[in-house]
Amino acid sequence: MTAPETRSVSLQVNGRLATHRIEPRLLLVDLLRSLLGLTGTHVGCSYGVCGACTVIVDGSPARSCLLLAASVDGAEVRTVEGLADERGRNTELQQAFSDEHGLQCGFCTPGLLCSLTAFLEGDPNPTPVAIDEVIAGHLCRCTGYSGIRRAARRAAGLPLTAERTKP
Amino acid sequence: MRPAPFDLIVPDTLDEALSVMTEQPEQARPLAGGQSLIPMMNLRLAVPETLVDLGRVNGLDGVELRADGTLSIGAMCRQATAHRHPLVLERAPLIAEALNHVGHWQIRTRGTVGGNLAHADPASELPAVMLALGAVYRTASTRRQRTIGAADFPVGAWSTALNPDELLVSVEIPPPVPAQHDAIIEIARVAGAFALAGAAVSCLFEGPICYRCRIVAFAAGPQPVRLAGAEEIATGTRLDEATLLDVAERVASEVSPFGDGHISAEQRVRLLATVVKRALARAGARQ
Repeated sequence: MTAPETRSVSLQVNGRLATHRIEPRLLLVDLLRSLLGLTGTHVGCSYGVCGACTVIVDGSPARSCLLLAASVDGAEVRTVEGLADERGRNTELQQAFSDEHGLQCGFCTPGLLCSLTAFLEGDPNPTPVAIDEVIAGHLCRCTGYSGIRRAARRAAGLPLTAERTKP
Repeated sequence: MRPAPFDLIVPDTLDEALSVMTEQPEQARPLAGGQSLIPMMNLRLAVPETLVDLGRVNGLDGVELRADGTLSIGAMCRQATAHRHPLVLERAPLIAEALNHVGHWQIRTRGTVGGNLAHADPASELPAVMLALGAVYRTASTRRQRTIGAADFPVGAWSTALNPDELLVSVEIPPPVPAQHDAIIEIARVAGAFALAGAAVSCLFEGPICYRCRIVAFAAGPQPVRLAGAEEIATGTRLDEATLLDVAERVASEVSPFGDGHISAEQRVRLLATVVKRALARAGARQ
């Protein structure tokens, strides 16, 4: 077998330029984790269902397990490592996850933080239903969604005990 | 798991993309938003030799209103874009309503309208909606451009009328008619999951009377299907409760769904009758 073809890709990841020669089949999540060491982004199902690998690509949340790294050449990517400020201070959303018990094992947390960060940046005054629709794109299998929902509502400045909503 | 190795081609123009499809019709597989194809490649259910990434092709993602009132949605328009697009909301709100059910927001940010249509999943909402709206698919190859009616584009499960060297360019939705009210209803195990049963309807009213309707069932067989008998019963009525019961009763004889690990074929038939009834009731309530 001949050596696989490689190509150069350059991404802005958390504000830093990353340039690598990669195989076409390399997924964005593997570029982040294996080549850049950004292991905060988790791999759950690897077919798009669980949401653990969600990162922010050019301002929108996306499953990094469903993107070829080569397809996002030139893009601006933010991962959970890039959310806090340079002194390591939590964002309001991260602090709300901590305060409201929005995580237990933490496996789903980076994806949820990325989705909700992008969402709240686009819509700072969302409805509780809209928040639930964002959370519905992520599987959490330990804490349950109550704490996650409270954290998102707190970060959005909404009452924590809003009416039950249908996702 | 991860994809098997493949060659990647990233064309900048439609002509370049079509040339590759002509040169390698058997090997080349177009990649749109990748929200179905990449999972299939990760699971090694799909092992393409060559991927043609359409993500950088210029001019394939526009949403525009043509002079004759037709709404044109480019094949590479992201689902999230179409979902909130003012022209879609004004001219074809049924598409936006259907997109509520397509995956989740995190999928729709990458998934495309054309990719969804060309994937032709039997449980997919958009092919059913296009059939309800009487849309036309525009395709291109190096040999010719052509249009394909919504009823003829899906030809089976995950199978379309596209030739191996052909790409979907856009979908064209005819202008809405006054007093046109559409609706979509689906039942899924959880939000964002594949539909167990779904119905999209487009009804035209004169006063309280529905004088023409298209009723399309999906997850009802290999491809979305118009229910001619049900349409006949609904036409010329007020879509009142008694009519809807008659319509629902007729559905069973017009669909041939499959059973799978989630639901039996018989149960699917019952759900299809329910969603058809609810979709008509919702459309009727909108007038």
